Amino acid sequence: MVNLTIDGIKVSVPEGSTILQAASEVGIKIPTLCFHPDQSIKANCRVCVCEVEGNRLLQAACAMPVFEGMVVKTRTPKVLEARKTILELILSNHPQDCLNCIRNGNCELQDLAQEYCIRENPFEYKVRGFEKDFSTPSLFRDQDKCILCRRCVEVCSVVQSVNALGLEGRGYDSMVVPTLGKALIDSPCIMCGQCIHACPVGAIGEIEQIDEFLAAVANPDKVVITQIAPAVRVAIAEEVGMMTGEMPMGTFVQGLRQIGFDHVLHTNFTADLTILEEGNELLKRLKEGGTLPMFTSCSPGWINFCETFYPDLLDNLSTCKSPQQMFGALVKTYWAEKMGIDPANIYSVSIMPCVAKKFEAARPEMNDSGYQDVDLVLTTREIGRLFRMSGLDFSRLPASDFDSWMGKYTGAAVIFGASGGVMEAALRTVYEVVTGKTLEDVNFVATRGITGIKEADVDLDGTVVKVAIANGLANARKLMEQVRAGESPYHFIEIMACPGGCIGGGGQPITKANVKRVERIEAIYAEDAGLPLRKSHDNPEVKTLYEEFLHEPLGHKSHELLHTHYHPKNKKFL
Amino acid sequence: MAEEMRIVLRNYGKIAPLKIDDYLTQGGYKSLEKARAMNTADLIAEVKKSNLRGRGGAGFNCGMKWSFAAGAQADQKYVICNADEGEPGTYKDRLIMENDPHTLIEGMAICAYAIGATQGYIYLRGEYPFLISTLNTAINQAREKGLVKNFDIEVRSGAGAYVCGEETALIESIEGKRGEPRFKPPYPPSEGLWSKPTIVNNVETFANIPVIIEKGADWYASIGNPAYPGTKVFTLTGDVNNRTFFEVPTSTTIREIVFQFGGGIPGGKKFKAVQIGGTSGAFIPEALLDTPVAFDSMSAIGATLGSGATFVIDESRDVVDVATRIAGFFEHESCGKCAPCREGTARTAELMEKINEGRGSNKDIALLEKLGNVMSYSCLCGLGQAAPAPVLTTIKHFKADYEAKFM
Repeated sequence: MVNLTIDGIKVSVPEGSTILQAASEVGIKIPTLCFHPDQSIKANCRVCVCEVEGNRLLQAACAMPVFEGMVVKTRTPKVLEARKTILELILSNHPQDCLNCIRNGNCELQDLAQEYCIRENPFEYKVRGFEKDFSTPSLFRDQDKCILCRRCVEVCSVVQSVNALGLEGRGYDSMVVPTLGKALIDSPCIMCGQCIHACPVGAIGEIEQIDEFLAAVANPDKVVITQIAPAVRVAIAEEVGMMTGEMPMGTFVQGLRQIGFDHVLHTNFTADLTILEEGNELLKRLKEGGTLPMFTSCSPGWINFCETFYPDLLDNLSTCKSPQQMFGALVKTYWAEKMGIDPANIYSVSIMPCVAKKFEAARPEMNDSGYQDVDLVLTTREIGRLFRMSGLDFSRLPASDFDSWMGKYTGAAVIFGASGGVMEAALRTVYEVVTGKTLEDVNFVATRGITGIKEADVDLDGTVVKVAIANGLANARKLMEQVRAGESPYHFIEIMACPGGCIGGGGQPITKANVKRVERIEAIYAEDAGLPLRKSHDNPEVKTLYEEFLHEPLGHKSHELLHTHYHPKNKKFL
Repeated sequence: MAEEMRIVLRNYGKIAPLKIDDYLTQGGYKSLEKARAMNTADLIAEVKKSNLRGRGGAGFNCGMKWSFAAGAQADQKYVICNADEGEPGTYKDRLIMENDPHTLIEGMAICAYAIGATQGYIYLRGEYPFLISTLNTAINQAREKGLVKNFDIEVRSGAGAYVCGEETALIESIEGKRGEPRFKPPYPPSEGLWSKPTIVNNVETFANIPVIIEKGADWYASIGNPAYPGTKVFTLTGDVNNRTFFEVPTSTTIREIVFQFGGGIPGGKKFKAVQIGGTSGAFIPEALLDTPVAFDSMSAIGATLGSGATFVIDESRDVVDVATRIAGFFEHESCGKCAPCREGTARTAELMEKINEGRGSNKDIALLEKLGNVMSYSCLCGLGQAAPAPVLTTIKHFKADYEAKFM
């Protein structure tokens, strides 16, 4: 332990701690902008500077290691003047359109400007005036707002190994730009949106489609229906001032009815369906010598990654569409028929923790119902805004239930929202299908948690199936390199593009630290544990769907509506 | 009367640079032999005792720096010569490399032995392409003669960025990354190139080493200013009669540099100011000319010794205009990594232009002072910390010139 004094308070911290860490131990918050709890130290914004006795220079608290006898002062006039001046410098070319900004009220720079009482800026206000990049259907970039903290660059390169963002130019002309200065859509960007979480300001955000939704609700000819992805419920609470996982499903459903949905259904229904299709696909590949290991195909960021960086491995992907797209195809066929609604009038909206889903819904492959299967994708954050716009108080709102048909689900579907969940759900079903026995303990704990790569051996009555799970694409890349080299020991690999899985998706409430992802994962497994049905093949509505419409997994109708093939991106930069 | 004393330039004009036998005849590589006969702890103690302080600008005790790298446990260590001589008006390192490349190689080899490094790099200023073959020829000669056993040197050319003279930016550049400084600590002697213990010394620092080993630490420590002993090479530019170079003990005063060695101001004009150390040096007025050029005495008057570049301006020059141009230089050369330097150099340049064009006021001067002070202790590296010095010192010593600009 190292003993030091911060603002007159004595503190002991482990060797190697920084001033920032030591100060937080004694309740002193030092302001930061480039600092990110899960990233490398950058020390480039300099707003965390402090005085260290014996040093003429101020030291960056995020980077400076403590030493025995160190005396730190975090708010001397010299320190305060430095911080304030640095903030004024950053703000002097930062657009002052906070009111219109997508991060208004959730911006680290705005918070600091308030905390440091920045009123009149002595430096001349000079915005650079770059054109915003709206080239992707998932996310936009606003170069003018970028404060060059480089957190997006690190998440894109280190966490995701995508390297779509980098630095160009020098000094005042430095810019974070997509590869080779191209538009984002022409870069290797896989639209996972992790850069949105990394960004302290509004320089990157989702393509907001609230107006499209309101227009559909206002149109009397449209039947507006929604599906909710498994990871949304646990996080939506954060958008309306509740604790993670705290919003009951019934209240959430009521909220959705209040903002204008005519029918509230659940993606969990097609998550259960996915398990039946994908589980059977795996068994078929194992039995008939198909391409192995099989990869899951639920995560659209991962699909983009595979098409971009591993086009040679596309045959390993399960042909199953994602639950969102299975749902989209069924709503305008099976459900429309059952409800007696003309599919042409259905406006199908999915609520997703994901920005890549916006891209997925617009894929040309996704029109098997005869219409665009999913018309609009709204993120958890956008739904949060609609809730706030509607003035709903969730502590008093009476509960409501899902509509029938495509609203029922099991715990196996719920856990799709966390890394390892698809694998666990598949194992719960595959075990019973293969062995014919009842699975007594449905918990495959080895598949759970935020660890980057997890693996497990599952004994299916003498046949051992080896599985692996990766979340975060740098981890996926390790497994893919093994497969490409012909050295993968696995039969089945689950990949989720985002760290922690969908609960950490690019459309979730702004998530700075991984500890928040862990909280959401815990809420997901708590929900699963509390449900009466926890195996996908026990879902009664899914059973009815097979009886009435699909007839059998991997059957003719399934192939028509629920399965697809992906194609190499052939991007020129590779 | 101060006199020139040549240590690092001892062979200048006496030998053919690329005839290694000439260098050997002058006693070359004897110090390396002598160093190798010593144990490394004694060798480092000797360098430490000489009180040789880095000639690149930071003035850190050279032997002390070596001891950190020597004490670090690692499978590989590196010796880097900082030859990214980017300060406008400075050419002392070029003089040494061009005229006596073997003295640099010998100095680096002694350092490599002392700390246990087998690989060295000379990071050469991008504008010195003509020196690449000189250095490589010399390195090959030493290699062929078997003089630099267990130590290899590679010449790496910079690409023109001023900031790469900062040791960690230089290291990043060698690693193939953007030339941007790292935060410190960790310092290069514990974590440098490829995260291995690394010594980065200036050309002039290395050139002192063979002589210190030959003549002893006590001899060296007795030369010039005791706190910053030895000699320093100065290169004179601007309004001075002798625009030349010379090497003098560090007890020499600024006045002697300008008026004795420099021969004073041409055309019968009066002295206005002198900037020492390079573009980021302070502007020094007449009243402070009797300051010795040693590191600490310069610090005491708010100036630096830096590279030893000495830029003289006479009474006819517009000091505000000069400082404005310098502010433009730093706006151009800021790497952009840290906010106060990236934004601060641009704002300084903007405010200086405003004043220089007659649109300024006392409010702008006050803002420049506040900004300059904040930059000087908040920026990530020496570039941003030193960049405001010309502005701050001209405001301090020549405020009337600023006010005369106001309309």
